[in-house]
Amino acid sequence: MNNVTTHEAAKPDIGKATDSNRQYSTFYIGDLFFGIEVLKVQEVLRYLEMTCVPLAPGVIEGLINLRGQIVTAVDMRRRLGFSKRADGENPMNMVVRSDEGAVSLLVDEIGDVLDVTAGDYESAPDNMPKEQREMIEGVYKLDGRLLLVLNTERVLQTQPLN
Amino acid sequence: MEDQDIINEFLIESNENLTRLEQEIVELERSPRDPALLASIFRTIHTIKGTCGFLAFTALESVAHIGENILSQLRNGERQLTPQLTSLILETMDVIKKELASIEATSKESGEAYEDLRRRLTLTFDEVQGGVKGTPGAQGQDAPRQADVEPAAPVAAAPEPEAPPQDAPPPEAFTKVEPEEAAASPQAAAAKGGSIVDSTIRVDVALLDKLMNLVGELVLARNQILQFNSRQEDATLNGTAQRLNLITTQLQEGVMKTRMQPIGVVWNKLPRVVRDLAASCGKQIQLEMDGAETELDKSIIEAIKDPLTHIVRNCCDHGIEPPATRAKNGKPAQGRLLLRAYHEGGQVNIEIIDDGGGISVSRVKQKAVEKGLLRPEQAERLTEREAANLVFLPGFSTAEKVTSISGRGVGMDVVKTNIEKIGGVVDLTSRAGEGTTVKIKIPLTLAIIPGLVVNSGGERFIIPQVSLLELLRLEGEAGKKQIERIHGTPVYRRRGSLLPIAYLNEVLQLPAANSDSDVVNIVVLQAEDRQFGLVVDAINDTQEIVVKPLGKQLKGLTSYAGATIMGDGKVALILDVLGIGQLSGVVSESHTQGRADTGKNEMSHQDHQTFLLFRAGKFERLAVPLSLVARLEEFPQARIERAGGKAVVQYRDQILQLSLLSSMLQDGETAVENVSDPAQVIVFSDGKHMAGLVVDQILDIHDESIRIGKKSERKGLSGSAVIGGKVTDFLDLPAVLQATDEAWSTESSSQPQSRSTVLVADNRSFSRGLVRNYLELAGHPVLEAVDQPDALAKLDRNEVGAVVISRNLPSGGAKRLVEQMRTRPGLTHIPVVALCDSSEELGAPDSSHFDACVERFDRNGLLQSLNQLAAALQAHELQGSPELMGVRR
Repeated sequence: MNNVTTHEAAKPDIGKATDSNRQYSTFYIGDLFFGIEVLKVQEVLRYLEMTCVPLAPGVIEGLINLRGQIVTAVDMRRRLGFSKRADGENPMNMVVRSDEGAVSLLVDEIGDVLDVTAGDYESAPDNMPKEQREMIEGVYKLDGRLLLVLNTERVLQTQPLN
Repeated sequence: MEDQDIINEFLIESNENLTRLEQEIVELERSPRDPALLASIFRTIHTIKGTCGFLAFTALESVAHIGENILSQLRNGERQLTPQLTSLILETMDVIKKELASIEATSKESGEAYEDLRRRLTLTFDEVQGGVKGTPGAQGQDAPRQADVEPAAPVAAAPEPEAPPQDAPPPEAFTKVEPEEAAASPQAAAAKGGSIVDSTIRVDVALLDKLMNLVGELVLARNQILQFNSRQEDATLNGTAQRLNLITTQLQEGVMKTRMQPIGVVWNKLPRVVRDLAASCGKQIQLEMDGAETELDKSIIEAIKDPLTHIVRNCCDHGIEPPATRAKNGKPAQGRLLLRAYHEGGQVNIEIIDDGGGISVSRVKQKAVEKGLLRPEQAERLTEREAANLVFLPGFSTAEKVTSISGRGVGMDVVKTNIEKIGGVVDLTSRAGEGTTVKIKIPLTLAIIPGLVVNSGGERFIIPQVSLLELLRLEGEAGKKQIERIHGTPVYRRRGSLLPIAYLNEVLQLPAANSDSDVVNIVVLQAEDRQFGLVVDAINDTQEIVVKPLGKQLKGLTSYAGATIMGDGKVALILDVLGIGQLSGVVSESHTQGRADTGKNEMSHQDHQTFLLFRAGKFERLAVPLSLVARLEEFPQARIERAGGKAVVQYRDQILQLSLLSSMLQDGETAVENVSDPAQVIVFSDGKHMAGLVVDQILDIHDESIRIGKKSERKGLSGSAVIGGKVTDFLDLPAVLQATDEAWSTESSSQPQSRSTVLVADNRSFSRGLVRNYLELAGHPVLEAVDQPDALAKLDRNEVGAVVISRNLPSGGAKRLVEQMRTRPGLTHIPVVALCDSSEELGAPDSSHFDACVERFDRNGLLQSLNQLAAALQAHELQGSPELMGVRR
């Protein structure tokens, strides 16, 4: 939440079907507020026990059993360069659709589904840390806070293993 | 525009028809007058043409039409099939295929007019047409049938009179139209359907995949229910759960069968490929297929299509020689390429055998070294088979020039990778000048496999049972000691061969289990043709698991083959045995292996010896190690003379003394002359002396491992053992030879003898006795020890000049003894000679522990080694140097 020059407060236009209205599923990592297009999100779950994958890249927290499907869980804190989650704090699962099937993003907290208007959209601010900026497509300026739109494809691209 | 469904239907059927047509054309080349073939070919292309017209694919239709006309000429006998004609027809079919692809992609024809092809087709057609009874019809339609119903002008893209029925005709409309057109071929309808038999039904592959997935889920759910059920007491629940189990298993088997296709599906494209290749290379190749009905899961068929094609192309391109070369080498001008497929042991075996020139091992090695894939000294050490398999290395190709077919050096390694991806193995054997055989082995099923559940580092893993050879459990301190270290690698001695050991928790960088457990669990695994042992914390049970692929993010991890959901709902990773082996370094990626690893499929020939069996006097069955025998001879009695009171014979510029064995072993003199004519003689030689033992009859030669050895008190016999299933007496050869001629008792060596005491340590009394014999004959006093502790004790108590030890003492005793000797002041200087069971062991790296290695029954070698070592020891002592033994490393 940096220097946001607030334009006229963009009230979400519920019900007004302009073609630039979007809906986002939101979540929190630390005190950053992120959103993914609602259509890309398959479901949201509480914490599930995971099987760890030895030798996997650090961002892969493990595998979860999602109604019989084996889903890879990516720890968003690590992906975005945040510090490790405190012991005893369990992440939530935001399961997103991707080309190769479902992937679960481990987030700190789940937020509401929000409607946003295109007018509030801007590209990511320059004073964001590079790591985070790479994962963001853009931002929506909302009431007193920024909604960072996550670039899901980039997030799921993990380093090739040697 | 047509319904997309109809177009799809058309595409599927036409592609099928074209494939069949290709096969038939190639077959037709071999039997050009086969009327059934001709009829079938004609029908097929007629069908294609008809449906093309029906769907207003006019360009396609017109090309097909001229083709059909030519085929009609063939069928009527108006022309003969020539290679050029075949090529033309195949070219036409390629064009049709191309158009079909365009239709598939864009729902339209490509727009090309194929003028050149059409012109050539028309010309070809007209060649014959002119001379035939003229049939009316401006465009040369010869078959009256066709004239009736031919709706469109073949060349021009005129609007089709068949346009009216176009509005969404159901597929059945095709069948209705066809009988009108081809009045005399009711089979056209059936041919249209692709398969004749009504009891089959065409099913979408996607649907089968879905069914397979569902069955997989059912298997998992069943596993969970069974697990839950085992904790319940309710009888009804138990019964129902069992029933569910049974039904699920049967359903699984059934669904897997639905996905099975005969491998012929892949093979049927190959005749054309081979024909084209042969033609373009100027070679003659005949393709034979055996076992085309062997069934494989569809996904496997998809995966091996390309590899198989590539291997076949290689055979045609590089394997089979041009006819001239073949003739020069006395081979028939036509090369033979045999494809074979069969089920064996839960796997499908596919063999591609050619009788071409084989793989030149030297060239392959040379290329590999040139390309930097191998070091020269590694190349030296390769066996023929290993060298032939070098072609699977990435970047390898011995083709002098890169053709469009092969030679880019990217082929065979991709083949290997693709086959391994589906869990198969591929292997190549070749005989220079005779041919090459490529063998592929693939597991029958991919999706549901039995697996062993193990624990390591606090996590649970599954090991596919197909890779599992054996489970080992080492208990206590003694057990732990059985894992030795050679060059820093932990190994375990398993039935005589060395098994490299890896620790799973180390490979996966997991915490080690608390080491207060007394037990070491080893899972013996097979990866390709190498074996190794994996130490895990605990071994649980075997379960049927559904293999689920890992996500893209994890696919690169070579240590896992997938994941599954266990009965308790948690995810477990499935280990990729080859990946784990490579990661841990026990399975090297390079193709050269130290000879210490004999974990191949060769049986450990630890105890095997070759024996000569014979009969002498009342001893029905006598044996002597073949390695001691110089020659077997037959001398007619006439040649046997007398000198110095003994029977002799002139033999190879020497006078060979003959002794009758039977009279030596049992009392009573019999003259040599009174034995058979010709006399059977076994000739022994130690380089200087020769002696001939006359026996009654040579029986046999046996390669056998000695199971029971018993010492004998009889003169001339050292003991008895079971050979070839029968009790056999062993000749005490040194004693016998000595009795024949005093000369045998002294050694042939002219060096000063050290008559020091030799300690013989061997757990096998039989071979110990034999070695004792040699040594005593040579004048050495001998002490015997049965194992390493015994040997050490005797060394402590006695003055010993040398130690002869069996290399394969259990529990690594040989090595341990040497180590212990080195640490004790009085014993460090004593030379140690190891007795090895095979010539391979002589060169093994860890033979360097010993001062010398000889083969077990190599008497001369043993005595020579002892002499050399003794001399060296003396020399060093004289020089006062504490450093001993030039041979000791």
